[in-house]
Amino acid sequence: MPIETWLTFVLGFMIIGSIVALELKDILSSIISIGVVGLGVSVAFLFLQAPDLAIVQFLFEIFAIIILVKVFIKKDYHYEEPSRINKMLIGVTVITLAVIFIFSISVFKNIPPFGEPLLHTSKYYLENGAGDTGAANLVSSIILDYRAYDTLGEVTVLFTAILGSVTVLRLSIRKNKNKE
Amino acid sequence: MKRQTGMTLIVKTITRLTVWLIILYGFYIILHGHLTPGGGFGGGVIIALAFLNVLLAYGREFTDKWLKISFLEKLESLSIILFLLLGITALLAGKLFLENFIGKGHLYHLLSAGTIPVFNIIIGIKVAMSLFLVIWILSGLKLEEGEEA
Repeated sequence: MPIETWLTFVLGFMIIGSIVALELKDILSSIISIGVVGLGVSVAFLFLQAPDLAIVQFLFEIFAIIILVKVFIKKDYHYEEPSRINKMLIGVTVITLAVIFIFSISVFKNIPPFGEPLLHTSKYYLENGAGDTGAANLVSSIILDYRAYDTLGEVTVLFTAILGSVTVLRLSIRKNKNKE
Repeated sequence: MKRQTGMTLIVKTITRLTVWLIILYGFYIILHGHLTPGGGFGGGVIIALAFLNVLLAYGREFTDKWLKISFLEKLESLSIILFLLLGITALLAGKLFLENFIGKGHLYHLLSAGTIPVFNIIIGIKVAMSLFLVIWILSGLKLEEGEEA
């Protein structure tokens, strides 16, 4: 079977998982359905021959689910008010999506066939990556040698995010301790 | 008698046996980042998950004693400074910022590819510590209903 068939199958699985996650009333089952979607992304990366991304996606999915379970299970979020359906809103959404789809058909025609890269630099990386950097794993040689600035930016983003969340959450913990 | 924190004895024993294996696997993924799939981000998440396993099984007090959280915070801040310092060292060696200034070595050898393994180790420490700190802070948050966190 060609790879597109498998990808379509995985994508359909993910769409079903997200619809189930939206429709279920119990929060724990909903979180598990979100986990199915993340697992589908990781399997899709494996089919596209990106094991690096698949590993990171899979591990982060476990991590996110543990955080979600730990945050939501203790609180009383189990009940949920049924939201009233606004028919105007649904109509506007469907029309907008249809217009976007019609316009995107002409864009999809211009996309190069599967497996052929859009950028010419990737060809250079494939041919000279191992010789230039001496690293057998091409992904690692790109993110830490050719594109080291990107990684520096990512690490800075991570640092800033953790700094902010730790500061804010620690303040609220202290406030709660003072109250008691 | 002292109040038991964390989960049951079965979970604690299994965690005690497996946590070092998980940490070892994380180190393997980080150190072989330039040879096999994986690298700093993936290995860092594995180590953070191992610490999280201990936190879930044993509770907050034991984990604080075992890991020394203030030390982890310092390590987390130190790793980004190390990343920058390594980039500046390349400037001192006469190369561009963040450029590889150590010899490349042989392809497929563990000690090869110059600065790439070093960057991988720094990123691994960074990711592991920051992800674990988020979980640590969230687990200490007192909830609005006044429940035990």
